[in-house]
Amino acid sequence: MKPFGNRREQLIYYTICSGAVFVALTLVAIVAFVAIKGVGCISWEFLTEIPSRMGKEGGISSAIVGTLYLTLVALVLSVPLGVGAAVYLTEYQPRVSRFTRLVELSAEALAGIPSIVFGLFGFVFFVIFLGWGWSVLSGGLTLALMILPTIMRTSQEAITAVPVEFRENSLALGATKWQTTSKIVIPSALPGIITGVILSIGRSVGETAAVLLTAGSALGMPVLPTDPARSMAVHLYFLASEGISMERAYGTALLLIIMILIINYLANLSLRRFSYRLKG
Amino acid sequence: MKETLIEKLLFFSALVSILAIILIIIFICSQGIPLVARVGIKNFLFSTTWDPANGQFGIATMLVGSLLVTIGALIWGVPLGMALSIFLAEIASPRVAGIMTSMVELLAGIPSVVYGFFGLAVIVPFIREYIGGPGFSALAGAIILGIMILPTIVNIACDAIKAVPREYTEGSLALGATRWQTISRIVLPAARSGIIAAIVLGMGRAIGETMAVVMVTGNVTRIPGSIVEPVRTMTSNVVLEMGYASGDHQLALFATGMVLFIFIVILNLVVTASLKAGE
Amino acid sequence: MKKEITGVLLVVVFVLASVLAAGCGEGKTGPEAGIGKELTGSITVAGSTSVQPFTEVLAEEFMAQNPGSKINVQGGGSSQGIEAARSGAADLGVSSRELKPEEKELQEFKIARDAIAVVVHPSNRVDNLTLVQVRDIFLGQITNWKQVGGQETEITLMSREAGSGTRDGFETLVLNQQPLSDRALIANSTGTVKTMVAGDKNAIGYISMASLDDTVKVLAVDGVRPTVETVKADQYKISRPFLYVSTDEPVGLTRAFIDFVLSDAGQRILEDEGAVGVK
Repeated sequence: MKPFGNRREQLIYYTICSGAVFVALTLVAIVAFVAIKGVGCISWEFLTEIPSRMGKEGGISSAIVGTLYLTLVALVLSVPLGVGAAVYLTEYQPRVSRFTRLVELSAEALAGIPSIVFGLFGFVFFVIFLGWGWSVLSGGLTLALMILPTIMRTSQEAITAVPVEFRENSLALGATKWQTTSKIVIPSALPGIITGVILSIGRSVGETAAVLLTAGSALGMPVLPTDPARSMAVHLYFLASEGISMERAYGTALLLIIMILIINYLANLSLRRFSYRLKG
Repeated sequence: MKETLIEKLLFFSALVSILAIILIIIFICSQGIPLVARVGIKNFLFSTTWDPANGQFGIATMLVGSLLVTIGALIWGVPLGMALSIFLAEIASPRVAGIMTSMVELLAGIPSVVYGFFGLAVIVPFIREYIGGPGFSALAGAIILGIMILPTIVNIACDAIKAVPREYTEGSLALGATRWQTISRIVLPAARSGIIAAIVLGMGRAIGETMAVVMVTGNVTRIPGSIVEPVRTMTSNVVLEMGYASGDHQLALFATGMVLFIFIVILNLVVTASLKAGE
Repeated sequence: MKKEITGVLLVVVFVLASVLAAGCGEGKTGPEAGIGKELTGSITVAGSTSVQPFTEVLAEEFMAQNPGSKINVQGGGSSQGIEAARSGAADLGVSSRELKPEEKELQEFKIARDAIAVVVHPSNRVDNLTLVQVRDIFLGQITNWKQVGGQETEITLMSREAGSGTRDGFETLVLNQQPLSDRALIANSTGTVKTMVAGDKNAIGYISMASLDDTVKVLAVDGVRPTVETVKADQYKISRPFLYVSTDEPVGLTRAFIDFVLSDAGQRILEDEGAVGVK
């Protein structure tokens, strides 16, 4: 591609590049900060044992399971709903419709609601009003509502970006609307959708305030969806804010970061496999 | 038959957002409105005295705090996010872009408590030593938030920039425009709606963030004289005091959440409208 | 492909429906089997985060002795614990502040006491303050360490949030309910106050005695240092109760757990963890 020509252009070029470098350095600084402080306490026992004495001893296995469990419940609900909503708005509604505007407005409002307010709502609605108590279910549903707008908006952006010709060609070949949507549009938009899902996983894995209020903070191993659970982020918050053990707090944070790296890696892997298959 | 069933299912999915927001509004307002009515809207919004033990519920200081921290975060988070988006979409080689994208995804995954402790251990002492004040300040909050909103902004803005048809860029370059002229006059305007969405969502993230902000801003209920003085945001107010609040105090926190919510809706509308007017 | 996706959608809807139905049906299991010898079933204990570590350890020991029982320990804060006990979401609420008059209809069990220690940065020359000096500092009338025999630097105040059990105790016993200086920085956990004080040479704060360590320096108040002995002997004045509350006379597992906590073994655990027993 054409290079950045004159001096002014070059200056802009370097400014943009240094911005990118700065972000990369910031991330490295944060991760290094957590890694240096927390790597010392990570061991096999730390991963596999249930915490005892409030986390001063033992491991964090129940918190790891709790985190995965909560995220899974949230995704099972929000991914079909979010992608479904995006498909409906982009494929089944005219470009400018009152309904679309209303849904988008709702999603924007949902996205703007601070997690603590989701927590308050989840506590009053799921825990008290519906009587589900502090449970994986209450926490997972609260998280699902929280990440729904992110999934919906990113899917919407991704689906809108699929060229109109794709649809026209498919319809012209006699495919039905849903065939076109499910076989042409959604696959083409999948990279964007997956990025949205990854962002959402990150958000729900790291969420503290809302989970604390709705899934509770019991240290036991959650089995049924009606059991209370403590996520790693909540565990980390307790370890740190109550001054139980800073080292273990950073250890938990480090594991959380590693876990997110793995999730991201797997998602990217599946994405690459997928685009490979598309190309044939 | 099947097609209609699917359409109904999809319609229902779209409806969920509306239902959810209505449900949340009902539950939060049913707690918040009675107290605001009793205290008086004017008093609640414009009084600077927050003393729940003595029935004084004024959140003016927190309105200022939230605004200050959010604007601060946007002032440096948006340019940085845009630079990164342009870098990813237009400059970086696929390899570099891949690495940077994973980094941004990782940034999104770091729990806010970790940002909070990073701020507490690194940024707060830095401000105290080199800039002044107690370190716990609106500035510290803005710095942390500026980083935290990056993934939201970059993810959406980058997709929007990439979605601009290749022909636009090629056409512009063929006509003799420089790279930067093409990016600033053709690509960015074409990606405008995505970029607006990115900024609005980023702003929502900034104003709604709690766990990290509460750790670094000092949470004082006073109007700050400068950005290195401590402030309390509306979210902090809720997360700080919810645990031990009861009766009117608890209702006042719900009311704070309600104001925060209305605030965000208005902000979204203003930004969307002003950007439309600027076209 | 079409069938697959429809199938997947239907399965999702079905799973959701059944999960929701299961959730509605089950609710929470309360204390079962009243007076049998074998203690089985599960109870939920929820509330004050300052007491949670103690309850965790107590529950662990209790469950080891009664393998059929399960005790879920939840945080949330004193007021939420009290609210949870009232609404039935928890069998026992936990509070680290005295009950308010409107909460007095609840059954209360005092399980321990906790001293509130006044702490400063380890490098601070000041070693001892009178109760009146501490009060004047936190009311904002003494603003420089020089006035109480320290370096000539401004004092940075660190406090807990309104409604916190620790702050409630501090305000009642030290400030005589006069308003805290509006310059005080606010944090919502013991650990954060400790981190703040440990990081700022000019800081003063107050935290639970149970969480003291050598990152901060404890001041003697009126010449008395907070220890288990001085609190028991009522020589150290600044302390607050740890309470369990329930709506009705507790029975079954709940009763057994309270009895265990108040037994010698239970009290020893509390003292090992840093609280002051009630016996």
